[in-house]
Amino acid sequence: MPQQTAGTLTAAKKSTTSPRPAGTLYRGREGMWSWVLHRITGVAIFFFLLVHILDTALIRVSPEAYNVVIGTYQTPLMGLGEVALVGAIVFHAYNGIRIILIDFWAGGVKYQKLMFYIVIALWVITMLGFTPRHLINVFSH
Amino acid sequence: MTATTIEAPRSPSRPVKRRGVNWEKWGWIYMRASGIVLIVLIFGHLFFNLMLGDGISAIDFGFVGGKLADPFWQWWDVAMLWLALIHGGNGMRTLINDYATLPMTRGVLKSAVLAAVVVLIVLGTLVVFTFDPCPPGQPADLLPALCAAR
Repeated sequence: MPQQTAGTLTAAKKSTTSPRPAGTLYRGREGMWSWVLHRITGVAIFFFLLVHILDTALIRVSPEAYNVVIGTYQTPLMGLGEVALVGAIVFHAYNGIRIILIDFWAGGVKYQKLMFYIVIALWVITMLGFTPRHLINVFSH
Repeated sequence: MTATTIEAPRSPSRPVKRRGVNWEKWGWIYMRASGIVLIVLIFGHLFFNLMLGDGISAIDFGFVGGKLADPFWQWWDVAMLWLALIHGGNGMRTLINDYATLPMTRGVLKSAVLAAVVVLIVLGTLVVFTFDPCPPGQPADLLPALCAAR
């Protein structure tokens, strides 16, 4: 029923003296932040991809040229950057599955907030598996 | 409880096309289909290159050259190249349409993204299929192990 749907939209609003606009079902909540993070991680991954294709293309130039450039990926600073990159990729991947489920699964819209927290939980588990292993590889060589 | 009125969405800037191919729909489908395949390809790429063995510290010409001497990894990387660049380029197109308000700015930015995508797809595909894992006259310690047998 449309009127009930409209009613639930106002349910999150409450009178307050805060100058910030009142929240809605979407604004400032899981739906908005997952969308923001999906865009930010997507742009970051896109620009890394451009650079990564160019650096890999150096295998066509000479072994020395490739080794010099890939050596910069093995420094501690870049090692930490790779943790951020993998974190962005893993979030974008898991939240992408969430978006597909919202679009195609009958219960997707109903459970989109729960699925956002599942995305976060799976992201934490994946990063706990990746980060120590990667940092050992970066800092012990 | 105050009544909430939800405004009508923006009306389209040009009439909705009723005939021909619906490219926006196919773009929407492509993002989801390529996304699923890219999860498999990129997670496999990251696991093989960063988790196995000594990870990032073991990557050099010998490692990549040895990998890309194998048609399996050639096709894996070329599939990743095409799917990811088109997925990323289409995503950038969405952002440009959302945030660039002047038609001129939108046109310039989308042309730049298209040019980058086309150039890098051509470059990457040529590199994968034309590079020599055992280039002549190079020190043997820089080359993949398979070159010693040649």
